[in-house]
Amino acid sequence: MVVATIVSAVNMALRQEMKRDPKVMVLGEDVGLDGGVFRATDGLIKEFGSDRVCDAPLAELGIVGTSIGLAINGMKPVAEIEFSGFMYATMDQILSHAVRIRTRSRGSFTCPMVIRTPYGGGIRALELHCESGESIFAHIPGLKMVIPSNPYDAKGLLASAIRDPDPVIFYEPMRIYRAIKQDIPEEEYTVPIGKAQIVQEGSQITVISYGSMFKQSMDAVAKMNGKYSVELIDLRTISPLDEDAIINSVKKTGRCVVVHEAPKTCGFAAEIIAQINEKALLSLQAPVARVTSPDVPFPFSKLENHYFPSQERIIKAIEGVMSF
Amino acid sequence: MKKTVAEFSVDYYQVLDKDGNPDNALMPKLSDAELKHMYETMLFIRAFDLKAFNMQRQGRIGTYIQVAGQEASQVGAALAMEDQDILFPSFRETGMLIARKHPMYRLLMYWNGDERGLFNEEDIKNFPIAIPVGTHIPHAIGAGWAARLQGKKQVAVGVFGDGATSKGDFHEGLNIGEVFKANTVLFCQNNQWAISVPRDQQTKSETIAQKAISYGVECVQVDGNDIIAVYIIMKKALDKARNGGGPTFIEALTYRIGDHSTSDDAKKYRNEAEAIKAKELDPVIRMEKFLGKKDLWTQEYKDDLLKRYAEDIEKEVEKFEAQPDPKPQDMFTSLYEKMPERLERQMKEFGF
Repeated sequence: MVVATIVSAVNMALRQEMKRDPKVMVLGEDVGLDGGVFRATDGLIKEFGSDRVCDAPLAELGIVGTSIGLAINGMKPVAEIEFSGFMYATMDQILSHAVRIRTRSRGSFTCPMVIRTPYGGGIRALELHCESGESIFAHIPGLKMVIPSNPYDAKGLLASAIRDPDPVIFYEPMRIYRAIKQDIPEEEYTVPIGKAQIVQEGSQITVISYGSMFKQSMDAVAKMNGKYSVELIDLRTISPLDEDAIINSVKKTGRCVVVHEAPKTCGFAAEIIAQINEKALLSLQAPVARVTSPDVPFPFSKLENHYFPSQERIIKAIEGVMSF
Repeated sequence: MKKTVAEFSVDYYQVLDKDGNPDNALMPKLSDAELKHMYETMLFIRAFDLKAFNMQRQGRIGTYIQVAGQEASQVGAALAMEDQDILFPSFRETGMLIARKHPMYRLLMYWNGDERGLFNEEDIKNFPIAIPVGTHIPHAIGAGWAARLQGKKQVAVGVFGDGATSKGDFHEGLNIGEVFKANTVLFCQNNQWAISVPRDQQTKSETIAQKAISYGVECVQVDGNDIIAVYIIMKKALDKARNGGGPTFIEALTYRIGDHSTSDDAKKYRNEAEAIKAKELDPVIRMEKFLGKKDLWTQEYKDDLLKRYAEDIEKEVEKFEAQPDPKPQDMFTSLYEKMPERLERQMKEFGF
């Protein structure tokens, strides 16, 4: 075992996968000598050389577009987009091409690629560095959307993403990149894509979250000192979604709160609530609540603590659902 | 202090003039059989192109985008490629796809709304046609980069029109291509029109070719209605890329004789006199004149070919029309290597 943070777990997964498979390569802005702005690719260029760890020109569309070309012709590119706010320049490449290559060519070509990007706020970063666009990607058919919340999952899920035969977006929660220290295995392992984790079992209410807001939710629940028996679910992947984990839990508890950092309207909570309506409506004892950010752009850093869900807001929502 | 820190020029190549007279200094060693093969492939593509256009008018396929006028560019470029190379076509590359052995009945399937039309039946890699303009240019760069990294003697060829060179994809792709020495050739058919926007409104660059100079990419302009010039320039660029020399950008000057697509009427925005004048530069006629001077062409030879081609094409049409419709579940099953459980449930919910 080794003590890891999310960012060091990402680094370990990249290193192990590059050792395991010579087709795996990393490209992005400042990923080489600089080791990435968060050091996620630190030391890789020394170990694997500049053919496999590529400092790309400052061109997000080009990085993702050429990654598609690399992927269809035998390589396994892991592209890094420096901050999630810069992902939107690449949307046409993802939406119009990456996800459609297998189906359009009826399997003549495939696109096994990963796009990693730090997402979410909480570190007083510049504007457009803090976006939570996961619902936008989850809405794209053919794309997998993975969001770890801890070092163990970050390593295991990234290994799975790299081994996946189809395109995967890998969102890394920037605010907890170094906030959680966890003992994780040094040897390689994978965590399956599409499986949620019940982190804490409970019988009275289900709290569902993922990525940056999972720790916030867990800390909020801890603050309540066992007042209610809470079942805590970390989705880990929002596409494909582990419907069974959600439905089985809500059928058991009858109450649910969903927490995420993205804005409310069309945020992923809306999809979770729709799932519950379709499959567990009659088990509900209260309307499902969602704790999200408001429908405004991510503010400059002075206001960010007023923007994303606070522990107080999460506790208030749990109390509201419990006292309905 | 003031000094000139860089100077650039763009070369232009033409081997056959418009009357089919060769420039003997540039004329490559090509056998009579090779020359006739070039001509016959162009003639075949013209016949197929007309057939597909007529089929659209008869309601037998949904949409079609004509090649007419660009046969020399497409055939010259395609015949210079090796089977192991990968073609990244846009929507007007039917000529290249046929020359690269993509089954014609599958092309008709594609233009009739059937994704199975893009399946690679032959052991030749033709990437799915790119519909959003120019977005496939980074793919050709990435695939050529992958070829170099894996030590393959393989080249990726991206093909597009003049309009595509206004897109960011083109510029980001070219720039990255030279930085990482991709085994790539980018081949632009400047056919003077991007739907209704003429070349001089597309860009104020003197040439399209020179855009590559900004990125340190070797560029060249060629008479795109001269199949021999296209062939030798393309071959040179392919050889360079194959041997690790990095990308080349070729601008082939040609003309779109037809409308943009079967959903368009060029008379609305284009002076017809211009299109009629462009026919004087017809690439198929030019090759006929050249072959005629070498006693390799007669009207009878052409008529015989056309008769045979009409029969060959009819067989492909029959094969196309005999295809059963795709199954609705193909939408679901072809998206991932392994269908996620959630999608499997949806497929059942939809009743497939």
